[in-house]
Amino acid sequence: MSGFGALIGRDLKLAFRAGGEALTLVLFFVMVAVIVPFAIGPDRPQLSRLAPGIVWIAAFLSMLLGLDRLFRADDEDGSLTLLRHSSLPLEAVVAAKVIAHWLVTALPLLVATPVLALLLSMSWEQWGRTVLALVIGTPGLVSFGALGAAVTVGLRRGGLIAPVLILPLAIPVMIFGVGMLDPLAGSGATLFLIALSLVVTAFSPFAAALALRAAGE
Amino acid sequence: MTLASGDLGSLGMAVMNQPHRPSEAFAPHLRVRGLTIRRGERLLFEDLAFEVRAGGVLLVRGPNGVGKSTLLMALAGIVRPDAGTIEGVERTRLHLLNYRSGLKPRLTVAENLKFWRAMHGATGLDEDAALEVVGIDGLGGLEAGYLSSGQLRRLALARLLVSKRPVWLLDEPSAALDAEGEALLGRLIDAHRASGGIAIVATHHDLMLADAAGVETLMLGGGA
Amino acid sequence: MSVDTVKQPNWFSRLAHPGQFLAWSRYLIWPLGIATALSFAIGLYFAFFNSPEDYQMGDMVRVMYVHVPNAWLSQLVYGVMAVSALGTLVWRHPLADVANKAAAPLGAVFTALALYTGALWGRPTWGTFWEWDGRMTSTLVLLLIYLGIIALWRAFDDQLKAGRIIAIVTLVGALNLPVIKFSVDWWNTLHQPASVFTASGPHMPISILTPLLVMMLAFTLLFALLQVVRMRTEILRRRAETLSRQAALGATK
Repeated sequence: MSGFGALIGRDLKLAFRAGGEALTLVLFFVMVAVIVPFAIGPDRPQLSRLAPGIVWIAAFLSMLLGLDRLFRADDEDGSLTLLRHSSLPLEAVVAAKVIAHWLVTALPLLVATPVLALLLSMSWEQWGRTVLALVIGTPGLVSFGALGAAVTVGLRRGGLIAPVLILPLAIPVMIFGVGMLDPLAGSGATLFLIALSLVVTAFSPFAAALALRAAGE
Repeated sequence: MTLASGDLGSLGMAVMNQPHRPSEAFAPHLRVRGLTIRRGERLLFEDLAFEVRAGGVLLVRGPNGVGKSTLLMALAGIVRPDAGTIEGVERTRLHLLNYRSGLKPRLTVAENLKFWRAMHGATGLDEDAALEVVGIDGLGGLEAGYLSSGQLRRLALARLLVSKRPVWLLDEPSAALDAEGEALLGRLIDAHRASGGIAIVATHHDLMLADAAGVETLMLGGGA
Repeated sequence: MSVDTVKQPNWFSRLAHPGQFLAWSRYLIWPLGIATALSFAIGLYFAFFNSPEDYQMGDMVRVMYVHVPNAWLSQLVYGVMAVSALGTLVWRHPLADVANKAAAPLGAVFTALALYTGALWGRPTWGTFWEWDGRMTSTLVLLLIYLGIIALWRAFDDQLKAGRIIAIVTLVGALNLPVIKFSVDWWNTLHQPASVFTASGPHMPISILTPLLVMMLAFTLLFALLQVVRMRTEILRRRAETLSRQAALGATK
């Protein structure tokens, strides 16, 4: 168990030290939300109506952007091979890395959402529901992402392939996530999103570990 | 020692384990039979068989591209062999050392070592002691990115010391090491053998070992 | 005269040498600090006790005394960074990229404060914290540019190499800023023909103008002080890094 914590701790340290990318992702997240009004106009009621969708798109794109780093750095410097000789099974190694990745890429986005709420004239109630939807949905997103990152880890130019691969798979997360804000279908969407996120989070470490083993050969 | 051979074997083990040894029995015995590995269409080696007992060293030699690294990766459980069996080496009881040393330039030397100690088990020396053994004590607080390649290799060797594991798989371990570093490597392998460990070393250099007894050579490729 | 023109670059480059800079800038910190504290004391006194309330906004108008200086600095700091970028690229000044690196987070903070105080001001005036007003929008874009430059500084391992590359980015940003400003204004008038907020610059009574100018001076001095301190810190940090490298070189037994 101490290895599990040590792995999470190391990944957090690397992400927030100089050269880490955690803060850059937040910046990207805010930027996506900033450019939308330029495209559709600054009309407040309209922005407010579209805001949850915009936040989800911004979150989606920033999470996909950060995906490539999940296993690549550890693969290139050999850490991934050595981690396979640790007392943790590879599935647990993947799970620890996914948790760290969520803490580094998703949590800062959640912290930044009030800024987006202000910019996009969201009501506080709207903001609260969007954050709740993101809290439930982002573990699912990260888990789909882990799968994509594991599958493309052996490719020299996998950076673009993983997002293209994962985006269609993760569409249900977006559908239910935005659906949670629908006053009529909201509660149903919430349950679907919880179920989806749980199942994906539970299964992806096994699938990703399988892919990493295959990539190691 | 007398206890160990008697009926109270488990108690005897516990007493024996007191000084430095990990809790599991430390008597590796590596047996490889009928090992065949292909890379795509190319056959690297076929029906390879060897055996290494506790305290033994196996030198794997042969020209570049003959499959020395692949053999080590197979022993390490990373590459799956096409045929044959590998016995006596478990995933959590081996150390692999190759040119990709798993060290992060943005972490300090001590942080790197501490991390691998946590991952591979705190069964060996502590970080400071290990750094002293490999001759880079005093650099613990420095980011690893500042180290020269020779120092990085010493740090990678220190990783073998913080977690005590019976099987060492070393792929060109003397790369980037100076003469003093090669002598250090020889001493480390000697100490490892003396405590009952085994080492399988793929190298073009001669190892500076104190005792040539128990050192065997495996020629791969046409040279055999 | 001819002696002077020959001497000029020598004198300047000698002062700009990092070691020399460390030596003489030490004597700058205390005077700058005292001047900053004094002008803040005077400015804040005027701002709180010796300036009129606005007949519409009441005491809220006093936010202006913080807002306007920050908005001014958000642009001034970028100007400083652009000049230092020129210094890096054209004159290859050893201090110029240090100045750029030191100024970027300061600029970001001043810009963020301008936006923040603008939002505080906007709430009672417009009824909302944020409005896609032309000025606020371009200030927001400026903040994003600052943050991007900071991220770039953090991403580089080799800070010397980073200096030249970031100087290029800074200059491209400087050239692009007017374009951004123009496009945002154009976009803004496209959607909102009647501007919510009109500038009340020149026809300001002297009772408001005095504290405003003092506060602008105070904030500018504060920037100068922080800039000097940050540059010194950065030079010392680079020295420590060099020492670390040397320690690594000499350490193997």
